[in-house]
Amino acid sequence: MMPLFLLIAASSLLFAFASPAAATETREFILSNGMKVLLVEVPKAPVATVQVWYKVGSRNEVMGRAGLSHMLEHMMFKGTVKYPKGTFSRLIRKNGGIDNAFTSQDFTAYFENLAADRVELALEMEADRMQGLILDMKELTTEREVVKEERRLRTEDDPQGALVEALFAQAYLSHPYHWPVIGWFNDLDAMTLDDLQRHYDTYYSPNNATLIVVGDIKADSLLPAIKQLFEPIPRGPEPKPIATMEPEQKGERRFLLKRDAQVAFVMMGYRVPNFTSEDSYALDILDSILSHGKSSRLYQSLVYEQKSALAVGAEYSLLQTDPGLFYFYALVSPNQKPELVEEALNREIKRLQADPPTELELQRAKNQVEASHVFEQDSNFRRAMLLGQAESVSAGWRKIDQFVERIRAVTAKDIQRVARQYLTEDNRTVGTLIPVPPKQPDAPFSAAQQGRP
Amino acid sequence: MPTARRRTILTLVMGCCALLWAAGPALAAEIAPTKFTTANGITVLVLEQHFLPIVEIHALIKAGSAQDPPEKAGLANLVASLLDEGTTTRTSKQLAEQIDFIGGTLEAKASEDFTTASIRVLKKDVDLGFTLLADMLQRPAFHKQEFDRIRTQLLGEMASDNDDPGHIAMKAFNQLVFHGHPYRWPVNGTEETISKISLADVQTFYGREYSPSHVILTIVGDVTLDQAAALVQAHFGSWKKIASTARSQKKPLPVERKTVQLIEKDLTQSTIVIGHGGLSRAHPDFYSVTVMNYILGAGGFSSRLMDSIRDKQGLAYGIMSHFDARLMPGSFWVNLQTKTETTNQAIAGVLAEIKSIRDQPVSDQELAEAKSFLVGSFPLRFDSTAKLAQVLAQVEFYGLGFEYFTQYPKWIDRVTKEDVQRVAKQYLDPQRYALVVVGNLAKAKVKR
Repeated sequence: MMPLFLLIAASSLLFAFASPAAATETREFILSNGMKVLLVEVPKAPVATVQVWYKVGSRNEVMGRAGLSHMLEHMMFKGTVKYPKGTFSRLIRKNGGIDNAFTSQDFTAYFENLAADRVELALEMEADRMQGLILDMKELTTEREVVKEERRLRTEDDPQGALVEALFAQAYLSHPYHWPVIGWFNDLDAMTLDDLQRHYDTYYSPNNATLIVVGDIKADSLLPAIKQLFEPIPRGPEPKPIATMEPEQKGERRFLLKRDAQVAFVMMGYRVPNFTSEDSYALDILDSILSHGKSSRLYQSLVYEQKSALAVGAEYSLLQTDPGLFYFYALVSPNQKPELVEEALNREIKRLQADPPTELELQRAKNQVEASHVFEQDSNFRRAMLLGQAESVSAGWRKIDQFVERIRAVTAKDIQRVARQYLTEDNRTVGTLIPVPPKQPDAPFSAAQQGRP
Repeated sequence: MPTARRRTILTLVMGCCALLWAAGPALAAEIAPTKFTTANGITVLVLEQHFLPIVEIHALIKAGSAQDPPEKAGLANLVASLLDEGTTTRTSKQLAEQIDFIGGTLEAKASEDFTTASIRVLKKDVDLGFTLLADMLQRPAFHKQEFDRIRTQLLGEMASDNDDPGHIAMKAFNQLVFHGHPYRWPVNGTEETISKISLADVQTFYGREYSPSHVILTIVGDVTLDQAAALVQAHFGSWKKIASTARSQKKPLPVERKTVQLIEKDLTQSTIVIGHGGLSRAHPDFYSVTVMNYILGAGGFSSRLMDSIRDKQGLAYGIMSHFDARLMPGSFWVNLQTKTETTNQAIAGVLAEIKSIRDQPVSDQELAEAKSFLVGSFPLRFDSTAKLAQVLAQVEFYGLGFEYFTQYPKWIDRVTKEDVQRVAKQYLDPQRYALVVVGNLAKAKVKR
């Protein structure tokens, strides 16, 4: 129903914790050029995922060039001398594999899911494009249009997507989380080959990358091949750290977004710490108590009892490079007032601030974390993603193992404390999508056959 | 954190492809479930997988929206939506609390041909998983207040769906292509039809369709065959069998001429759907059509449509062609979004590719690459316990036989260039089709 949130959840890996009880171990190797390699042997089926993660996302961009990382991701499929345009995906597919890529605020990742005996092909092509990408003006001109279509699809023509974008733009004033990963239209138009080349030269080097292979492989026999392919790639510059930090928020920010839509939508974002803070574990459990499953507080209260929301949720990912948002969203039921839905969300927050959660709720949340950690291992792809994300936001994959232990130690009092500390009025940004009637079509077409919108 | 994905969105947004199920891993040859029938008529499939302590219990009930009375479209879905909203022994909230407490997942939903209810639990909770699923399937309470609430909720979701141009376009397209056939309605019905459904309709539908003999129960995961059989007997053994009802075998009528429907919405892109009828899943041409459709538009970045419309012309972020093969013949369609100004150019581009694959044989290279993808990626289709359970249930439902898992490569491999052109001519029509455009019509100026 809400692809928007599927998309967000897909990258936030909320409950994706590997634990010390993992069925198979992660093995780490560092190549002579600084590239980190993580290998996990999973012999259950003859398939594997190959993923290359670069520590570059929209947070590494500057004002006026928003969307550069994502545009470069598109251009990474445009070919090298060895594998010219169109060859990459075709070769992977011809070998029965699927390839793709994604960009977030903090990272850019490329992957191939394929039969385990074809892993070296994927490795060879990833090594090739880590150094030999050809950036061509004609290709940029066409691909720019493709990205603009992507932006129209996700934001211009999607009311909820538009609200998410506006929320981040309001919650962050100076930090690059201010702008969307896909960028603004004008910035896309302004992007040059030089911009892309500089971004590629700065960030696409082995010492800024993590290579992960999870599947039916043998680490000891794969490692020599990996060394042979990647070690000749010279170490690149150490990218400069991002200096911009967001100033403390002092007072609530609110905005309205008015556009053609059928139902209203409310979002509230609170600025919270990431994995570097002990509070992140309590925030994670807090998220679970509020929003995981039909027995969660938000669902029971807003959807089940009051029927004021069609869907409701909270999202928090501690695996962000810089402190992110703990946010709430509610799709308002037709004929219900968004203000009342916002009040209902606030009532649930105040309830937690006044009284700690029950032991039953706390245990349920912890059980959910443990179970989903096992379910996560069911997929090579998701397992590799978790390792890649932990590495790319500089938490380190070993940190993941500690998460479950830390989560287990969270008390009801901790939850109440973080709710009081962070979920405050002065620390929040509230955005409301207000549906307005559609614009009348121009006269000549008002007679056109019209279905229900 | 909004993530901009380059291409995964294709599978997220346009996920229903010709191959009934999506990609994912397991050794093809190893998939040999044990099948048996219980005394009361349940078909049971068990596949042991002991790598992780997970069990997936998946019930497929052979009743979907195709069994809805025309004036009450959405009935099967409403019944499915009420399964976890209270039983004679548990309230809606108690059910939710029990499954959430063990960190399990529970899902019930209808589709055109069948309904599924599935539960995923850790091995230690397998008995509770069976208990909850059995309770939902055998003793749903259908309380009046839950019925009213869920119906209102569904009406609200329909309103919200109208913010999605892709949804609006497909809804209109299905009504054009499946005119006079139950497949024409959305699975969840329309505002009009679900307002006509009464609680008595729900009870009648349940009483007629939810019978052990209509159920395929698939259990995949860390459980032995003996344990699974005992759990089935303990939890489903006393379910009373009822007489089976006859199924309508009515096939959808073909689209007789070009039919255009334009839907005004103030957007920056036009959402375009073009297509017509398709074929059934059990049809022997299914595999030739799969190869042909891969080359045309299902082959991701290797497809002709993607190459022409996206890579060469920069007109769309995603474009894909689909054959939705169902129990009865389904449909064929191509969908894409392009900025308003290039609407006609994109439509013309799609029709040109449809025409071209009929007029000339595909190249040897295209054929070879399509086959090697389809065969090579076959093990990637079952990459989780949940997907495996789902595929097994559907193989049984469509009567494909479990040799499907070993024979699929052979069936794909024997498709020839001549087969591809023959099925392109037979199953694609660049003249008689339905076209739906949702967008700014004054600016798009769609040629009719």
